[in-house]
Amino acid sequence: MTTLVQALVNALNLGGLYALYALGVAMVFGILRLVNFAHSSLIMAGGYTLVFTASLPLVVRLALTVAVCVALAMVLELVAFRGVRSAAPETMLVTSFAVSMLLSSLAESLFGALPRSTDVDPVFRESWTFGQIYLPKINAVTVVVVVVLIGGLGLFLTRTPAGLRMRAAAEDFATARLLGVAANRVISLAFAISGVLAAAAAVLLLGANGSVTPTFGFNAVLFGLIAAVVGGLSSLRGAVAGGFVLGAASQLLQEALPVGLAPFRDALLFAAVFCLLVVRPQGLIRSGQGVRV
Amino acid sequence: MAEPLLPVPLLPVPLLSVRGLTVRYGSVTALHGIDLDVDAGELVALVGPNGAGKSSTLAAVSGLVRPAAGTVTVAGEVVSGLAPERVVRHGVALVPEGRNIFTALTVAENLALGATIRRDAAGVAADLDRQLDRFPILRDRYGQQAGLLSGGEQQQLAIARALMSRPRLLLLDEPSLGLAPRLVDLVFETVAQLRREGLTIVLVEQNATRAVELADRTSVLRTGRIVRSGTADELGGGAAMAAEYLGEAGVTP
Ligand SMILES: Nc1ncnc2c1ncn2[C@@H]1O[C@H](COP(=O)(O)OP(=O)(O)OP(=O)(O)O)[C@@H](O)[C@H]1O
Ligand SMILES: [Mg+2]
Repeated sequence: MTTLVQALVNALNLGGLYALYALGVAMVFGILRLVNFAHSSLIMAGGYTLVFTASLPLVVRLALTVAVCVALAMVLELVAFRGVRSAAPETMLVTSFAVSMLLSSLAESLFGALPRSTDVDPVFRESWTFGQIYLPKINAVTVVVVVVLIGGLGLFLTRTPAGLRMRAAAEDFATARLLGVAANRVISLAFAISGVLAAAAAVLLLGANGSVTPTFGFNAVLFGLIAAVVGGLSSLRGAVAGGFVLGAASQLLQEALPVGLAPFRDALLFAAVFCLLVVRPQGLIRSGQGVRV
Repeated sequence: MAEPLLPVPLLPVPLLSVRGLTVRYGSVTALHGIDLDVDAGELVALVGPNGAGKSSTLAAVSGLVRPAAGTVTVAGEVVSGLAPERVVRHGVALVPEGRNIFTALTVAENLALGATIRRDAAGVAADLDRQLDRFPILRDRYGQQAGLLSGGEQQQLAIARALMSRPRLLLLDEPSLGLAPRLVDLVFETVAQLRREGLTIVLVEQNATRAVELADRTSVLRTGRIVRSGTADELGGGAAMAAEYLGEAGVTP
């Protein structure tokens, strides 16, 4: 019983994180059909912001992290992606790879290849114990942050005119533009939202790991992308569902695998993803069922 | 409903003026420098066989494709080269071929998006009411997901959505395509009604006979060139014109 609850707590935590990464990727994909690997650069930039603002009060550090991630997201859109927007999808994909590699080397030359560590907040290292169940406070923070962000994003998309324009652009960009939806503004907004999601990911990741490297965020985006594909890449609900499914599956394998097989956890996980996509190429949630965005 | 959508200003120039419009898709030239004038309040039909360049003309006017050469002016202002979200602000609304309804959104949301460019909330509310009176089925289906509507209902939604921007020029691309005869009648009656309300309209139609007879003037496109223009009489009547230029396919029995 307790191991089950413990596994559930862990699965929820990991699933929430994956959902956060997946949403960041799916947000931009939904509008631009661009798989944005440079989302990892945003998370990395957020991580370094937290490192270099260590002496400031937490609220200021969080605000600065969000500001840096959002600003970088919008600058990347303007500088790197706007020019290749009408190019072939492969061109945009390669551009996003190039941008993430470039920023990671830039970080390495500026800040060194070694991990830079910081303490986001002492609370992040504490935990509650309920009998046998061990609940790190950061898990609770993660779940709350993820729920608030997903809920807020959902409200924004369904209850505001700007959200309506985003949903329209995600379904049919050309028709949305015909009706007057400004392409540049919608795309900029999608990147800005992905910046907020990246900032949250940076805080939660750093809170758990304590250090940042130039490749900080690569794995997160890899898992986020896989989660988004599992869920159905052009649906935000799919991204969230995919995140939680992947997180839960990963945690389940972690618990169930004999010690000798533990190193193959991710290999098994990806094999399962591969099998799922063979059976359901459109992912768990298909778009065009009224669930897209 | 009787009042015009917009007071039609007396313009020294045609409301829509197209000069030397050329559209290319890679190595395919879809339009070879066509000229077309549409005066305020006029209904002009654009007919021609498949692949003649009718949709390309409307796409170039509305900004969906950038012309390789030529100019498009609306009420004297050059709109060619502008993005579609800017062209619509000059008063041009396109009901695309295939309707392009947002199927995942509700009827209400589709209509709200039609008013994207407007800032006068009261005027938008009044127009919404007017369009729901015009197409009562949309009032019944107001909260429903648009993807669940039938083809005819989607066409009505597409037209209503375009009208929500209060256009001065309405471009209709094959609005009767794929509809049952009763709904084809409804579409043509709607077009006639909009014309009476003073709206300037360019109507692209497969159903050439009816389009030619309804229109003030018709231009016939063939392989990217306008091969004839004139009133139904000048073209020898709708059916004769359709038979001559479009073959049997264009004639309504
Ligand atoms: N996106 C595109 N890419 C390449 N070629 C295109 C594209 N759109 C249209 N064409 C070509 O341009 C020419 C004109 O097409 P257009 O759609 O304008 O014709 P149309 O008169 O509207 O035909 P239809 O009656 O079939 O709708 C055709 O030869 C068509 O194949
Ligand atoms: Mg066409």
